[in-house]
Amino acid sequence: MGATETYSRGVRFAVERPGTVILAVAMALLSLDLLMKLLGMELFFLGVKLLGGSIGTDAFGTVLLDGLTVGVSVGLAGIGLSMTYSILSFANFAHGDTLTAGAFMGWVVAFGLAGLLGATGDVTPGTLVLLEATPEIGIIRTPLIVVVGMVAAGVAAVGLSLLLDRIVYRPLRSADGISLLIASIGVALALRYLIAFVFQTSSKSVTSTPLQVTLLGQISMSGNQFFLLVVGAGLMLGVHVLLQYTKLGKAMRAMADNQDLARVTGIPTERIVRLTWIIGGGLTGVAGFLIGLERGVVIFNFGWLLLLLIFAAVILGGIGSIYGAMVGGIVVGVVQAMSQIWIPSELTRAAAFVVLIVVLLVKPDGIFGGVTTA
Amino acid sequence: MSATDSERSVRGALREMVTDSDLRMIAVTIAAVYVLLVGVAFYFDPDQAVNLSATYIQSVTIFIGGYAMLTLALNLHWGYTGLFNIGVAGFMGVGVYAMAVLTAPVNPATAGATPGFGLPLWAGLIGAAAAASVVGLLTALPALRLRADYLAIVTVALSEIIRLLLNSQALSEVTVFGATFGTGGASGINYAGPSPIIAGTLFDTLAGPVTGALLAVGVDPRTWGIRPSNFEGMIYGVVLLVATAGFYWLLFRTGNSPFGRVLKAIREDELVARSLGKDTRMFKIKAFMVGCALMGLAGALWFGRGGFTSPTQFRPNITFFVFIALIIGGAGSNTGSVIGGAVFAGFLFYLPQQLGTVIPQALPQGAGAGDIAAAVAALGGGDVLPLVGYTVSNISRLRFVAIGVILVWLIQRRPDGLLGHRTEPASSIDINQRPGTGGTDGRPAAADGGEERE
Amino acid sequence: MSEPDSDAGPVEENIPEDVDAPDIEEAEAQDSDVEEAAKHVPSSIPLRVRDLRKTFGGITAVDSASFEVEEGTITGLIGPNGAGKSTTFNLITGVYSPTSGSVTFQGQDITGLQPEKIANRGLVRTFQIARELEEMTVLENMLLAPRGQRGERLITSVLPGLRSGVDDQERELLERAWDTLELFEIDHLAREDAGGLSGGQRKLLELARALMTEPEMLLLDEPFAGVNPTLEEKLLDRIHALREQGYTFLLVEHDIDLIMDNCERVIVMHQGSVLAEGPPEEIRDNDEVIDAYLGEEI
Repeated sequence: MGATETYSRGVRFAVERPGTVILAVAMALLSLDLLMKLLGMELFFLGVKLLGGSIGTDAFGTVLLDGLTVGVSVGLAGIGLSMTYSILSFANFAHGDTLTAGAFMGWVVAFGLAGLLGATGDVTPGTLVLLEATPEIGIIRTPLIVVVGMVAAGVAAVGLSLLLDRIVYRPLRSADGISLLIASIGVALALRYLIAFVFQTSSKSVTSTPLQVTLLGQISMSGNQFFLLVVGAGLMLGVHVLLQYTKLGKAMRAMADNQDLARVTGIPTERIVRLTWIIGGGLTGVAGFLIGLERGVVIFNFGWLLLLLIFAAVILGGIGSIYGAMVGGIVVGVVQAMSQIWIPSELTRAAAFVVLIVVLLVKPDGIFGGVTTA
Repeated sequence: MSATDSERSVRGALREMVTDSDLRMIAVTIAAVYVLLVGVAFYFDPDQAVNLSATYIQSVTIFIGGYAMLTLALNLHWGYTGLFNIGVAGFMGVGVYAMAVLTAPVNPATAGATPGFGLPLWAGLIGAAAAASVVGLLTALPALRLRADYLAIVTVALSEIIRLLLNSQALSEVTVFGATFGTGGASGINYAGPSPIIAGTLFDTLAGPVTGALLAVGVDPRTWGIRPSNFEGMIYGVVLLVATAGFYWLLFRTGNSPFGRVLKAIREDELVARSLGKDTRMFKIKAFMVGCALMGLAGALWFGRGGFTSPTQFRPNITFFVFIALIIGGAGSNTGSVIGGAVFAGFLFYLPQQLGTVIPQALPQGAGAGDIAAAVAALGGGDVLPLVGYTVSNISRLRFVAIGVILVWLIQRRPDGLLGHRTEPASSIDINQRPGTGGTDGRPAAADGGEERE
Repeated sequence: MSEPDSDAGPVEENIPEDVDAPDIEEAEAQDSDVEEAAKHVPSSIPLRVRDLRKTFGGITAVDSASFEVEEGTITGLIGPNGAGKSTTFNLITGVYSPTSGSVTFQGQDITGLQPEKIANRGLVRTFQIARELEEMTVLENMLLAPRGQRGERLITSVLPGLRSGVDDQERELLERAWDTLELFEIDHLAREDAGGLSGGQRKLLELARALMTEPEMLLLDEPFAGVNPTLEEKLLDRIHALREQGYTFLLVEHDIDLIMDNCERVIVMHQGSVLAEGPPEEIRDNDEVIDAYLGEEI
């Protein structure tokens, strides 16, 4: 009997995997609730509102867009973290501060260029270098400066990562992951407070009021936000092309797929290590710069504050999977933003962390982990 | 190395707690910190030196006590059992807030202040330990089977969730079954803290009699120029050191025992322990709960001592500092934990901070003013002073750079820290003596051995 | 080195050594599976494995393996590489959980139980690559093993009144540990860190430590791998002496001669199932076994 058999199989599944069932039910309910809210419908039961409500499509669109913005930046930064985790076998707690350092370097260059081009008026070089003055920078106003700064941020982050590898991680190449993790905590601390030493701990304004762009006559966002999304998506596409169509990409995928091979051969070759830092570092620096551009401010510990979110993205997507980092980042960003609909906005970060913990407990492999993709 | 019979009983008693040489090591470390600080006080501010010294000593002692207690607790988790818990700040927060909620007045005097249950201090302290250990249990049940780096991420994420919950408006005040209490959100809670209660009371009761006694021998403490608050601080510093000793005693008995033996085995190779019949999950959970309880209590006694707490105190940085203290002292060694705590608190944390205050005062006016760009530019003109001034004024930041560098250096060169190489024997008796034989054959008993009885 | 008993079939205490007892063995081999299952498991068969199966993804490592180990015997488990011996070992001792099948120890079903539960019932294993707890001393390794230690309960170790009880038990265990170490002639290493021991010494420690648990039955995973001949003799002496005292052993080994010379019964596995079971001389002449080995490197 088909029906009874399916029923009993279903019951067995529910008993064996209660967690998955609960999760699935919860997701279904939330999706239903969201749909009803968008449609302005409500569902009452015995005088108590169970589902639905109202959300304007505009408000929802903003929420979604903001989530996507965070998601893209976190995803971009996550690629480097994921690669380090799988190829160098440790959780790099200094990753957030590398992001900050790259961003600061990029903005220093941007400010410097602005000063050279005379966009800042009567300001001393010192003030510029320390990001104290605020030139009128923005992607629409000063595209050249922004692009140069962005590239500089990437280059600086690469240089920093390679330097750190040389003095901190290479001597520990044969050490276990926990020792490397602890060392990276030391690096994080040193880096963060070096930045604080030079730049002080106050928040630095890096752009002026941004000009808006309007897409499709409907969606309005700042030019800087638009730029972040475009560049972010473009870089992700570029990484995809790299992985699928170049020899290097294929080698990287082989390396990631074949963890056993990696384990057998032991310590990865220095060339692969360098590439990891270069690609990862570059993307991270750019991400940091773009985050500063979109937010309009940078502060000495903004990368550190993002670190757990980046970890969440990487773990959700599956450690070692570059696609996983990208997808994980977007999911984390969007989920965090959307959770505002149901919980107070001050707790959305906590919600993202809860998701992180749940993923680690239930499926530490993440979405793409254990699957043969890079 | 045979001891005479008369010495044995005294020695046995001392051995129970800490052996001579271990105690000496700890005492010497703390004394060194004191000496250095007093030296700084007298060098930079001769007029106020006595009071300044007193301020320094009582402050640093409180730091040392706090860090030592936390490092001891973390040693149980990481040094003994191999549980990589970087959520220390979160468990401290749970402890402090539990105490705050339990002891805050039911009807606070200030309008808009968060009320609590108005219980006495001892209830608050017990509640702190209990609450932290319950949160520890809830964490342990699902998470302890994770491998070390995943556990690290889970614990730090949890620590942040705790902080964000404590900070949220939603939990700032709730009413359950007619009782109103809450976290106070970002504004925190005011309550009766351990320091005013314990140290304040002790000072009030003892000040009179002690002054009288001193006057009788011709010494007038009132002429020393030390402020009363410093006396109170010093008393509380002693309280914390006593608490540290209590933690040490507990952890000594936990570690030097069959229980501790299994923990060490779990750290090294859990499968072996299981294959010998040990229910490692229970051991890990118990160790985790005890460690968390201690973290909660330490948090309450240290961060919560003044009678005010807020979520900003519990950012992850404090966890990493405790870790660094543990690595400096040597993971696995209880004595090392205390020494590591003292070294970190005294030399790496407190001393630079004070130097950052007194040295700029000693420099010519305006030497540290300006930003680093100006200071570097001045170098070009041969003027070193601005850079020196800037560096010293910002020494608070530089000390963390130094701490980070030291941590990396330690992991690379001396991962065992100061005392980690010492094996503390995992037994309640001295196992290096063959029972039934008289003297020692071979290597003498390790320093932290248990008592010997005939 | 040959063991005079090995020609006599399964050793039972009341049967004189020179009496061959093929009938008993024949009878057992003729029982059908249904009848076997229906019978109450006799206590002289402490370990019984029935239709054990384990698949990892697409690979079937163990495919319907069934065998028994009789009390007070040294039984050998051999087979070419990839036969599934280690996996079977791990299935019995709870490291892996079987896909199907059953493991019965002393009449009780232990299938799929956690390793610590199995060890607590007296079925103790050693490891192929000696897993010494390197940063603990030899003595600490030994003291770790015994079951039912009062001091393993946290309260008992901490509270002042109860700790003296722990001390007393520690002293007893210490005594026993020293005696056992002496028996294995490694007492001079007692205070050394286990990490500083040579490979052979570690094997001795591994066995000594397992004995401290006062086991009912010992599963030894390649105890002789990488051991020099002198040590091998020592180990074998110990094992036979223990067998005299009533211990039961199941050995996994690659060295076929060693197994043939020392075990009363031999179980041969091949490609995940049991190919043959019986006394060594039967196995020696078994064509299927020879074929299996010829197809592989021995």
